[in-house]
Amino acid sequence: MVTTLNNQTNANELIRVENLKKYYPVRGGVLQRVVAWVQALDGISFTIRQGETLGLVGESGCGKSTVGRTMLRLTEPTGGKVFFDGQDVFTLRGEELKKLRRNMQIIFQDPYSSLDPRVPIGESVMEGLRIHKIGTPKERYDIVIQTLKKVGLEEYHARRYPHEFSGGQRQRIGIARALALKPKFIVCDEPVSALDVSIQSQVLNILKDLQEEFGLTYLFIAHNLSVVEHISDRVAVMYLGKIVELTDREELFRNPLHPYTQALMSAIPIPDPKLKRERIILKGDVPSPLNPPSGCRFHPRCPFAMDVCRMEEPPLVEVRPGHQAACWLISSKEKTGESGSTLLKPKA
Amino acid sequence: MAEQLQALGRKTTAGGAPLTATRESLWKDALRRLVRNRAAVVGGTIIVILILAAVFAPFIAPYTYDGQILKDQNTVPQWILNLFPVMKNYAKINNNYLLGADYVGRDLFSRIVYGARVSLTVAFIGPIISLIIGVIYGSISGFFGGRVDNIMMRIVDVLYGFPTLLFIILLLAFFRGTLARPEPGTFSYSISQLDAQMGGMLFIFIGIGLTAWETMARLTRGQVLSVREKEFIEAARTIGASNLRIMFRHILPNIIGPLVVAETLAIPGYISTEAFLSFIGLGVNPPTPSWGAMISDGAQVIRTYPNQTIFPALALAITMFAFNFLGDGLRDALDPRLRGTQ
Repeated sequence: MVTTLNNQTNANELIRVENLKKYYPVRGGVLQRVVAWVQALDGISFTIRQGETLGLVGESGCGKSTVGRTMLRLTEPTGGKVFFDGQDVFTLRGEELKKLRRNMQIIFQDPYSSLDPRVPIGESVMEGLRIHKIGTPKERYDIVIQTLKKVGLEEYHARRYPHEFSGGQRQRIGIARALALKPKFIVCDEPVSALDVSIQSQVLNILKDLQEEFGLTYLFIAHNLSVVEHISDRVAVMYLGKIVELTDREELFRNPLHPYTQALMSAIPIPDPKLKRERIILKGDVPSPLNPPSGCRFHPRCPFAMDVCRMEEPPLVEVRPGHQAACWLISSKEKTGESGSTLLKPKA
Repeated sequence: MAEQLQALGRKTTAGGAPLTATRESLWKDALRRLVRNRAAVVGGTIIVILILAAVFAPFIAPYTYDGQILKDQNTVPQWILNLFPVMKNYAKINNNYLLGADYVGRDLFSRIVYGARVSLTVAFIGPIISLIIGVIYGSISGFFGGRVDNIMMRIVDVLYGFPTLLFIILLLAFFRGTLARPEPGTFSYSISQLDAQMGGMLFIFIGIGLTAWETMARLTRGQVLSVREKEFIEAARTIGASNLRIMFRHILPNIIGPLVVAETLAIPGYISTEAFLSFIGLGVNPPTPSWGAMISDGAQVIRTYPNQTIFPALALAITMFAFNFLGDGLRDALDPRLRGTQ
């Protein structure tokens, strides 16, 4: 782990996301007018420090991937701001945007559709170098080979096509492509969920090694909590386009505050048949982001829902230093002086 | 992993050779599959023979296509008489002509050989025009999507709704009617001069070109839409690739297969359109030989001299079959679903 010594948060903060919103229009009728909005992201804020890994977890469809894609300008935001190294990402155009893209890369979930089947993988890795006119052809070739070696591939692989590789190898090629431009920040969009378990750890370890070597900063999107626990420094939990809890990894796994996080934690399988524990089974499904519930978005499924939850949306408050959560339960408890104790003890 | 790869039985070559050395390997794969397909090989061979015949027509044809020897009109060689014994009662025998002579004493075989020029020109110009217009139009529509796509595709729908043949007939009638004798020096004059020099083929190209691109535009749009959503396009965007680069480097190479197949399978359509137009008298100008025009001439004497219809029709049929076989073979060879199954 590369940790810069100045612990001033502002000094080593690389990414700041403020109130990020992304609504997708739903069109209908003869004139294709906008009849509704899907609120994929509704006011997301967080920061990522230089060299750290922020894990982002949540159910399918809660907007995890949209966060990553919007930050990289792969989809245009509806509102909010993203600062990269103090630069407002959403106002950049043309050459400036191109320059920024060198520093922000993405690794995709599906290793089969993320590589162009008609391009040899060495070319894929080299493409960014060409676009940004880095080095002479000879130097570019050397960078490509070095990068491939970093992810455990050999020089002779460079001339092969994606279909000649396995899923794990392809994912590593995807990593090499992102790495070739020497970015500062990489969005890992569920990079291991399409791989089988033995390959998962291999890819995760490569990501960790590379982070150490190059001082990379990751936004690690996943729905597998054990993977997130393995790689993240801090973890943000999302539910229906909102962050419900954001804290250090250890704090989150030891002391989850939000009922949704607690339910997630209790769902992590423990490889011990004798161990009996209380599982929180959430009732119902994730509500449609087309028409999210009033108040707290989690209240229809929350085992502890109160009246206030139905009426008002809980703000994301700092319960204790470095631990943010958005739940009336916690806020009210804090007010009445109780500690934000765990309602359940998922880990015995 | 190295062992794994070696286990695949592939030769591994190390060294600093350019990364593009085996760029075409996917195409080579396709070619290998194509060569294994017998029908496609037969079709391809016929097409090559036809091309050679068209190019070297003056050397192959024993006579010119327009030389009339009136005393030989409607003569037939002995072997055709043996084939159609009915003709013995009235036909003049003349073994100088391989397939006989037509109603003004022109050698049928020579005219069929020269006629390949028209059909093959249409077979190659047709796809080129429709690929150029259709691919550009369809790519823009598919790539930008949204409102642009909507408007562009509605235009195609309107054009598509109009009967193609009727449209071409109207176009040709219009061209030939209004541009027949314009004032020298005007644009329409130079156009009709050019058309006359090409033996009337220019207007056929324009007619085919103006109608054939619509199918291509739709196909291209659909293909672009399906590839556009792939993650490697987003990956290209994140490394800073421009729209043009994404279009030419990543989208077009991935959709070119189906487009080529569709065009090859459309070629018989172009050939038959030309033959049809020539048959109804809107095609090439006489005496330029076209199979369609020859069939039309022969049809008037089909009961007395069937050879004058059968042989041009046979040439037309064989050519269309050849392109169909090749197109089918190409489709099988390029279809990604079949990749690696053989």
